[in-house]
Formats: sequence, C-alpha cells, structure tokens
Amino acid sequence: MIRIANGQGFWGDWLEAPVRLVEQGPLDYLMLDYLAEVTMSILQKQKAADPALGYARDFPPLIARIAKLIRERHVRILANAGGVNPIACAKEVRRLAPGLKVAVVLGDDILDSLDTLLAAGHAMRNMDTGQPLSTIREEIQSANAYLGAFPIAEALATGADVVITGRCTDSSLAVAPMIHEFGWKEDDYDLLAAGTIAGHVIECGAQSTGGNSQVDWQSIPDMADIGFPIIEVEADGTFTVTKHDGTGGRVTSAVVKEQLLYEIGDPRRYTMADCVADFTTIHLTDEGHDRVHFSGIRGAPRPPTLKVSISYHYGWKAVGTLVFTWPQALEKARAADRIVRTHLDQLGLHFEKIHTEYFGVNACLGPAAPPITDPAEVELRIGVRGADRKAVDRFTRELIPLVLNGPPGATGYGEGRPKVREIVAYWPALIPRQAIRTRVEVVE
Amino acid sequence: MKVPLSRIAHTRSGDKGDLSNIGVIAREERHYAALVRELTPDRVEAHFGELVKGRVERFELPNLGALNFLLYEALDGGGTISLRTDAQGKTHGAALLAMEIEVEEGEL
Repeated sequence: MIRIANGQGFWGDWLEAPVRLVEQGPLDYLMLDYLAEVTMSILQKQKAADPALGYARDFPPLIARIAKLIRERHVRILANAGGVNPIACAKEVRRLAPGLKVAVVLGDDILDSLDTLLAAGHAMRNMDTGQPLSTIREEIQSANAYLGAFPIAEALATGADVVITGRCTDSSLAVAPMIHEFGWKEDDYDLLAAGTIAGHVIECGAQSTGGNSQVDWQSIPDMADIGFPIIEVEADGTFTVTKHDGTGGRVTSAVVKEQLLYEIGDPRRYTMADCVADFTTIHLTDEGHDRVHFSGIRGAPRPPTLKVSISYHYGWKAVGTLVFTWPQALEKARAADRIVRTHLDQLGLHFEKIHTEYFGVNACLGPAAPPITDPAEVELRIGVRGADRKAVDRFTRELIPLVLNGPPGATGYGEGRPKVREIVAYWPALIPRQAIRTRVEVVE
Repeated sequence: MKVPLSRIAHTRSGDKGDLSNIGVIAREERHYAALVRELTPDRVEAHFGELVKGRVERFELPNLGALNFLLYEALDGGGTISLRTDAQGKTHGAALLAMEIEVEEGEL
C-alpha cells in the first residue's frame, strides 16, 4: 500500500496545507497542483520578460521549508509547478534545498513548435467550436499538451526526491507513483482508470475532506485545521480516501461523491491521457472514521490523442461597481444602469457584451434566487468586453460620476475607476499522441 | 407534496469552458428514484431560465445514487471571457437545490 496526498488544489490554495500534511502523519508521496488553464499564459509572459522565470514561484520556498522533513520521512514530491520553465524551477529548488535530487519532465510545451505542427497538418481545431487554430495563430500566448502519468513515473525511476512537470493532467501526478511502485503497464486500463479516479478525488485538495461541501456543512469539525486528502492505494487498484488523524474536516461517502462529480462530463467516458475511466463502475463503501473505500473500477484504452491547452488574446474587459442603499435600492441601481447604457450608446461605443448584475439580489442565482423585497443595499455591477481597448477604457469613466449626477445614495466607489484587463482565452484542442515527445532530465 | 430539491439531495457544481456541470446526489439511497423522475433535463433547463442559454444534458450514476447535469452556454463564455460574478458556475448547484419537486410523503 502507498499513501499519496494532495497539498495544493490550485495555485493560491492554502500555503500551510502541504507543510501540515508532511508534519501530521505518514505519507509516501505528496502531489501539488499549481496550474489552471490561464496560468500558462501568465507564466509565458513572465518567462518572456525574464528567462529565469515562468514557473510557480511559491513552490521552491515551500520545498526549502519542508526539505529536512521530507528527507527524514522519505516523502517524495510531485508538482506541476514547472509551468513553462520546469528547468528554471528545478534550479531554484536546488539552490534553496541543495540536498534534494530533482528531476523534470519536459515535452509538454509546444509553443515554439506550433508552426511545424500546423505545417504537418495538425489543425488543432477548437473542441467546442470546430475552428482551426490557424484562425487565431497571431494571438497565441501559450500552447501545452496535457501529459499523462508515464513520463512522470519515469522521472520517479531516477530516484528523484522532487519531480517537477509542466502541463500534465492533474490526476497523472497521483497515478505516476502507482505506475512506479506497482509496475502498471499502458494496457492495464482498469488499474489506470482506478488510479485516475483516485487522483480525481484528491486533485482539488480539501474539496474531498469537507471543504465546499453542502452536506450538513455547519457540523463539519474544525475547518480551520482541515485535513487535506490522502489516498491509500493497493497494487490491485482498490483504494481508500482518508486524511490524517486529529485533523479537521470530514471524509464520508456524501463528501467524496460531491468531489467525484465535480467538473466531469459523461461519467462513463472520463477521458484522460492514460485511459478512459467509467464512473458508473465505482463501488464505494463508507467505512466510518473518515475512511471511504473504492473498488470495482473499470476503464477502457486511452485515446490516440492528447489534449492541448492553448491560450490566446481575446480582447479587453472591465467590471465596475457602485452600491445603492435603501430605500428603493434596486430601483436606484436599475436607473443607474439605464444611464450608463444611454451614455455608452451616445458615445457610439461598441462592445461584444455589456453585462449588468444586481449583487445581493440575484447576481449568482438568476431566476432561482429567493425573492427579496426592498433590500438594505444593492451593488450595481456592470461589465463590458470587446476588441477595442479604448472603448473599454472609456466605459471605466462612466460609473463614478453617477455618485453626483445619478440616483441618490450611491457609495462604495473607494477603489476608484475599474481596471481594464486583458482577456486571455482558452482554446482546447487535440493532437495525435506521436506528435508529442517527452523526456526526463535530472537537474544538477 | 411539493418540496425543494434540498430536502432529498445535495449538489456540487463547477465549469468546463462555457459549460457548467452540476452533480446531484441523493441524501439517502431511497431518494434516488425521485431524483430520476423529477429532475428531467427540460425541467432543469426551465429552472435556470435566462442564466443558461443552451441545452441541458443528463447522465445517470445509479451506483452512486447520483445524476450529473451538463448545462451548455451557461457561463457567458466561461473562464476569463465571462463578465459574471460566478464565471465558474460554482453556485449553480445551490441554485438547483431551490427547485420545487413533487414527491410522495413516503419518499422523504
């Protein structure tokens, strides 16, 4: 049996979680997920400005902080903290924690080879719209294939204490130790499906131990010291989801089911780089004491393609807010919205979208929101987006004047006028597996 | 009798691009049949009204006593494009729990 924990569900997750996971109980592997779809474009810009950057900068200081402990306790780290510059990330880890052996997985970053790939006939059509990638070629800011677990397992085979990757499927960070320890092969797709589902359960951190959980949330114990998730995996692919003894949070079948269904599509065909997992084959047993056992998982062979994540410049946007107070707060906010729209119209400004929300009334829930009569305050929230940066910038000057020349009782403008932000959008595509060449390097 | 969905189920929701997904889980095994009967894709689509522009697709997971819904064109473009507060559909699960469903007393 091996114990694999996840100490970071996204870049920006609780900084103390990985430290506590190592301190508070036994572990064999600790995975850390840092990359969201748009993160890659931010990192690509940082690398363009400074060739020594382009990775998750929180990661090397974290490893320095736990270096002694992970050596003593034989905990190995797997992280996609490498972003678009895994080697620079590895060098920084080595500088701060010279005693650790560090290996990197390379080959996911295809930004520099895009033209060669396009010329070779890989259209990389948008999976949602069907448009070929060539239509946005000039706007592309990053391009990465989602690697699977096998190259990461290869990096573990070097004996590295720390394995750093760029873009890979989140769950493959959890599956790699299983391949490494149990010798699973590429055609062991039932086992790989079990490992993938195990990885999916823990990849969002404390969402599988009581965080963001709706079931009786008021009674979840000690969320200030919530235990992050651990999977105890057997060589036959059965596994138990749990957390360290004495930590806060809760692991029950209800909590784990919420995470199982989180951000999935067709549950019979959960398609990842190494297999297709069938969630309808899961047999789940709540064993009590924060332990949920999984068995029976079946899978199907991996697809012939890998998913590619491409980010590109889409346009500009700005979102501004003003607060209106009782009485008739909602009516005042609606009147202000009409004034802003009239002004934008008179100025002849064109946007792809103008979006208005009444925060505190129905901004999130829309028609499903419970009705409120005469609320104490309402935040008017207007956003615009479009290709023309100047038009978006002009919009940002239209809200604050209403404090003096609009409906009464407007406040909450202390942050000044809203900022214009670039929209970097995400282009999902597929590429044949053979077009992506991976390799592993030990960084001295 | 009419009850809100929250009496017999809990949910979690998230995003993939412009699509949101809502996992609906029966509180007890005996509640699953009512979920399958009451939560038809058409009713879910009607419940969200203008918030969801596209279609609603449903998948059944009897082994987990759960349903998975995909809501298309549900996030104003999704991710970084969306101008909504909830650009990731994080609250769509809670919105669905407010839906009124028809159950027999014995089903509660």
